[in-house]
Amino acid sequence: MNLEWLREIWQYRELFYFLVWRDVKVRYKQTVLGAAWAVIQPFFSMVVFTLFFQRLANMPSDGIPYPIFSYSALIPWTYFSTAISTAGNSLVANSNLLTKVYFPRVAVPASSAFGGIVDFSIASVVLLAIMAYYRFSPQWSLLLWPVLVVPLVVLALGVGMFMAALNVRYRDIRYALPFFVQIWLFVTPIIYPTSIIPEKFRVLMFLNPLAGIIEGFRACVFPQREINWALLSVSIVTTVVIFIVGALYFRKTERTFADIV
Amino acid sequence: MAAAIIVDKLWKQYRIEGIHRTSTFREAIVAMAKRPFQKRKPKEAIWALKNISLEVEEGEVVGIIGRNGAGKSTLLKILSRITYPTMGTFKVRGRVASLLEVGTGFHWELTGRENIYLNGSILGMKKREIDAKLDAIISFGGVEKFIETPIKRYSSGMRLRLGFAVAAHLDPDVLLVDEVLAVGDIDFQKKCLSAMDDMRTGGRTVLFVSHNMAAIENLCPRTICVDNGEVREDGDSKEVIKNYLATFAGAGQSSMNLRHIKPRHGSGEIRYTGIEFIAPDGGPHPVIRSGDSLTIRFHYEAMSRAKTPHFGLQISTDLGTKVTTMSTWACGVPIPELPPGEGCIDLDIDLLNLMPGRYYLTLWIKTTTDVTYDQLDHCLTMDVEASDYYGSGKGIDGRFGLVFMPCSWELHDRRIRMNGEV
Repeated sequence: MNLEWLREIWQYRELFYFLVWRDVKVRYKQTVLGAAWAVIQPFFSMVVFTLFFQRLANMPSDGIPYPIFSYSALIPWTYFSTAISTAGNSLVANSNLLTKVYFPRVAVPASSAFGGIVDFSIASVVLLAIMAYYRFSPQWSLLLWPVLVVPLVVLALGVGMFMAALNVRYRDIRYALPFFVQIWLFVTPIIYPTSIIPEKFRVLMFLNPLAGIIEGFRACVFPQREINWALLSVSIVTTVVIFIVGALYFRKTERTFADIV
Repeated sequence: MAAAIIVDKLWKQYRIEGIHRTSTFREAIVAMAKRPFQKRKPKEAIWALKNISLEVEEGEVVGIIGRNGAGKSTLLKILSRITYPTMGTFKVRGRVASLLEVGTGFHWELTGRENIYLNGSILGMKKREIDAKLDAIISFGGVEKFIETPIKRYSSGMRLRLGFAVAAHLDPDVLLVDEVLAVGDIDFQKKCLSAMDDMRTGGRTVLFVSHNMAAIENLCPRTICVDNGEVREDGDSKEVIKNYLATFAGAGQSSMNLRHIKPRHGSGEIRYTGIEFIAPDGGPHPVIRSGDSLTIRFHYEAMSRAKTPHFGLQISTDLGTKVTTMSTWACGVPIPELPPGEGCIDLDIDLLNLMPGRYYLTLWIKTTTDVTYDQLDHCLTMDVEASDYYGSGKGIDGRFGLVFMPCSWELHDRRIRMNGEV
């Protein structure tokens, strides 16, 4: 089963490319700011968080300037939350394609997951500018940044496939997803550092695969912070498990998509 | 020749519950609570396809006809792998392209050019292929001037042309087409048909679903009639189409009781009581086609001795255009007197040279002094179906006129001087 599926995905790689290209092109058509929006989103979140969490609520940030502390985590977070939200509804949104043409259905949520990488890249470049502003010199650890994209995308794909397939049958998902994403934001150490969580609850972090990955991203920028290898490894393993579960569920329900979408 | 498409005992079931009701978690949980020990059985299931088996050779062009809901589109969807059979297997050899809709995947925000790539890719063309055919596609669609504008600014006709332009340049081994020719103006339909024709001569295997009988007869030597999920008939197109159309005609269609038809006017001394369409062999003639020989039998009843009646029939189009009038008076058939009682009179038409379409019949009985005994205006419809009268493989098409004439063409190999030329 798996080999045949992979071969077919390779055969249809051009269609997948065109779907991603379509999503990216369309996103900023007829806008004035265009691709600048890719940067404005995480940037404004950073400003809001800095104002409310740091200034007003005095959130600690492990000795690092709070703006970069949050921004470095917000870039991968923005990618992830957009990817799974778009992927979750992607099959229903592309129902006209599903009922009229054959292609490996996974191309649809996958194109949502990969489409966000363009925005991610643009926002990452701006990170360098912010680092310069705060007089942070780039370190070798920054090379880890693009590497960490891999588990991030795999996680987005796994969750995205699962949500997309589930949404076809149970449209509640479309409404539940925003809450789900919201909760995930607070459960992941983006706004706050892991250090403020009491020791005995820190173990729960290990349940959240995104925690390890995002802390990893943050460590790229601030090499003084030790990369929490334990957390990262657990996160990567959990990511792979989620991906497999998502893929299996998707494959199992794929046959019925055209009939019930 | 190898078989390009093999379908073996295909069954497709749709669960009504699954299609019409979008389940929510709440409903699923409530249902589970209600019947904790019962396995969830589909409440209602319909069989869209029942035990379909067929084989199509490589290069064959086969038409598929049937009533709405017969299962034609479902069959194409299964062969396109869009949906999966409940039971049975099928095999399609070669590159498959399905044309179930024109312009699949078009995104309104993208330009014409961008949509060509998107649509082409969705239909299965590689980017290299689209690059090579791009100019041909643009000129076929006739949208050169607007190729860089977003298609949301296009008219629906332009979108259709663009979509079809991409589809016309597909190069598959097997092509599955589903009723896409039903929309568009005459020019567009002509273009579609000629493109389909090119596909046919290209040695491709084509399955063509349509309600356009003339197009089917035109393009497909073989036709399969699907009825209620089963293969009703499979063979020569002319035969299959004729039998299919006959199912619409119904039992009483070749004859009609006119006794109580209203409105009618006239003195009523002679009245029409019935009308019958009779085939040359004497049997009923339920399906009338262009070029048929047919006899129309008028049944009448005379209340008293009637002097010099003339029977007449007028045929007009649904827009009211009078096509022709036939009467015993014009044909020089004198009827001095009719005895009281019932009788009938036959009108023998050697060649019905009406184009396919719907016509209305007006019947009358008058005297030579123009006194009306009975007149029924537009009392009956007569549907004339398409046929391949000229034997050319191209059916007579009702859009191009009201009548056709028996004729032939002769091309001279040298010039013949016109009369009066020096």
